[in-house]
Amino acid sequence: MLAYILRSLMQGLVVMLAVAFIAFSMFRFVGDPVVNMLGQEATLQDRAELTQRLGLNDPVPLQFARFVADAARGDFGISYRQGRKVSALILERLPATVELAVLSAIFAFVTGIAFGVYAAIRRDGWIANLVMSVSLIGVSLPTFLIGIGLIYVFAVELRWLPSFGRGDTVQIGWWSTGLLTTSGLKSLVMPVLTLGFLQLTLVMRLVRSEMLEVMRADFIRFARARGIPERRIEFRHALRNTMIPVITIAGVQLGGVIAFAIVTETVFQWPGLGALFVNAVQFVDVPVMSAYLLFVAFVFVLTSLLVDIVYVALDPRLRGGVLVPVK
Amino acid sequence: MTQPVLSVQDLTVEFVTRRGTLRALDKVSFDIARGEVLGVVGESGAGKSVTGSAIIGLIDPPGRIAGGEVVLSGERVDHLPPEQMRRVRGKRIGMIFQDPLTSLNPLYRVGEQLIETIQTHTDLNAADARKRAIALLDEVGIPAPDRRIDGYPHEFSGGMRQRVVIALALCAEPEFIIADEPTTALDVSVQAQIIALIKRLCKERGTSVMLVTHDMGVIAETADRVAVMYAGRVAEIGPVREVIKQPLHPYTQGLMGAIPSIEGDASRLVQIPGAMPRLSSIPKGCAFNPRCSKVFDRCRVDRPELIDVGGHQVACHLYDKAQAPAGKTEIAA
Ligand SMILES: Nc1ncnc2c1ncn2[C@@H]1O[C@H](COP(=O)(O)OP(=O)(O)OP(=O)(O)O)[C@@H](O)[C@H]1O
Ligand code: SF4
Ligand SMILES: [Mg+2]
Repeated sequence: MLAYILRSLMQGLVVMLAVAFIAFSMFRFVGDPVVNMLGQEATLQDRAELTQRLGLNDPVPLQFARFVADAARGDFGISYRQGRKVSALILERLPATVELAVLSAIFAFVTGIAFGVYAAIRRDGWIANLVMSVSLIGVSLPTFLIGIGLIYVFAVELRWLPSFGRGDTVQIGWWSTGLLTTSGLKSLVMPVLTLGFLQLTLVMRLVRSEMLEVMRADFIRFARARGIPERRIEFRHALRNTMIPVITIAGVQLGGVIAFAIVTETVFQWPGLGALFVNAVQFVDVPVMSAYLLFVAFVFVLTSLLVDIVYVALDPRLRGGVLVPVK
Repeated sequence: MTQPVLSVQDLTVEFVTRRGTLRALDKVSFDIARGEVLGVVGESGAGKSVTGSAIIGLIDPPGRIAGGEVVLSGERVDHLPPEQMRRVRGKRIGMIFQDPLTSLNPLYRVGEQLIETIQTHTDLNAADARKRAIALLDEVGIPAPDRRIDGYPHEFSGGMRQRVVIALALCAEPEFIIADEPTTALDVSVQAQIIALIKRLCKERGTSVMLVTHDMGVIAETADRVAVMYAGRVAEIGPVREVIKQPLHPYTQGLMGAIPSIEGDASRLVQIPGAMPRLSSIPKGCAFNPRCSKVFDRCRVDRPELIDVGGHQVACHLYDKAQAPAGKTEIAA
């Protein structure tokens, strides 16, 4: 089991290094950092000095090693445009995105699993069919359309919810939370629904099909032959087996929630990392872009590591027996 | 005569498919007495598993019992409401499936699965149910059962898993168990042990068994009576020794001709020329008529019913005194 976790840690590390290399390359291929920092009018001498100071004359592998070492310590350099430390910018924006993404993921998972299980158990019922049809719309509708639709109904027409921003936030240490104020919570509703909806439909369809598959397994048939009540078969025997494949795919989806946050944050003018990144792209603010890239990769690696751990918790076959098989 | 533990009368099972209604079982009838082991043989697709599923009320959806009845110790069980039928399953009828590797839920300890089943059918509390589970594991021959009970299925070998499955099937002391090819998926070296185990446990408890197998050697050793199935019908049924020594139905004769007389090493059923008809094209009259060497006119028109012939029953016109071309055996009264 430890070996298994270690292996996924190693894999995560390799992925991070590969992404770090891409992030590092951006500095060389997207614009010229010296020009970016000093502007077009700087003297040749100033440029040479800065080039030297930034270590741009060193061999590339050394520069990369330095980049990785800095990034590992959370140092992503200075934003070209804002002149502030990128790490500070990210920390400032992080709470907004994390709260949005985590709530969306919880929303998507809880409702997705519930609907999926329902659709599998009552697979011929009209509610199940309705849910499936609606989910098909969810899969095919682009995120921004859902967001705009929600804004139109709940902000413009009904005026129940704010159409943009985070509302009032409360500062807890460096973390700013929107979860403790009414306006903060109200502001979260539509972005969470928008960001979570696609994942919800995907999770739901996945849960349904996996569960239908599991319900055909021999051990389900045997459980029935033993007289185990149907509810218990569905929620104990089938659901847990369903969750194993669901967790893997859903884990990847979770990473996707962060990535998709860009669109949602743009639609709702949500002051999170996605919005920071979109701004950075407009101004070719390479340090911010590369830090964001590393951040997204880190989230993916972290979720897949979490998935691996949950996997081990769910599936005793991966735990390596305490007992040796007897013949 | 005492009441049979299981009595199946004219059981008919149909699968409604897009290509029409397929009759997987056609008026199957047999009885199993208390403590008796009935062996069931027949080619693949003869309807052996469907018979078991129908008895225990677990036919897969497009299928349904279209006629006949299943009577368990005098009580009809084929039309019980689902919840009542569930209480019969596991409690009064146990079932052992073919593949122990897939019969157990991989995510739960064998103890959890045993205790769950025990508690479903009895009022035992968790501690007592656990004791009972350990005792059962011991009884089915699992070494160190007090430790093994906390093992997961994947920590057991195939033979050991089948022992766990047997413990699960027997844990509520059912009066009748269905063992559908319980050793087919196992290593040859453990097959005999598993059969011996089933036989011993059922003898001790007076449990009746319907034992489906392709292995005539197993039937000869284990069963009291044997039913030969063909195309969803019972072709012949009777005491094992008689059916093996003196098979009456031409199909059974073909099957028995394929058994080597001494060593049991190649005792699997060997195919008779031709193939069993598909369910969609079962011939009129006797289902065996296209392959039968003794076929005559009536076989293509009338379906033969089971008739008593010298201690066992056979469904073949050759033994119908009134109509057969040349009287062979007298009909037992
Ligand atoms: N779900 C189903 N839908 C349609 N036909 C079915 C279904 N289940 C079984 N059958 C048909 O019923 C017939 C009997 O099948 P059954 O499984 O009882 O055979 P069997 O005697 O157990 O064979 P085997 O030795 O291969 O286990 C077969 O022709 C099969 O095609
Ligand atoms: S009824 Fe006719 S076809 Fe069928 S087994 Fe007997 S002789 Fe053969
Ligand atoms: Mg079968």
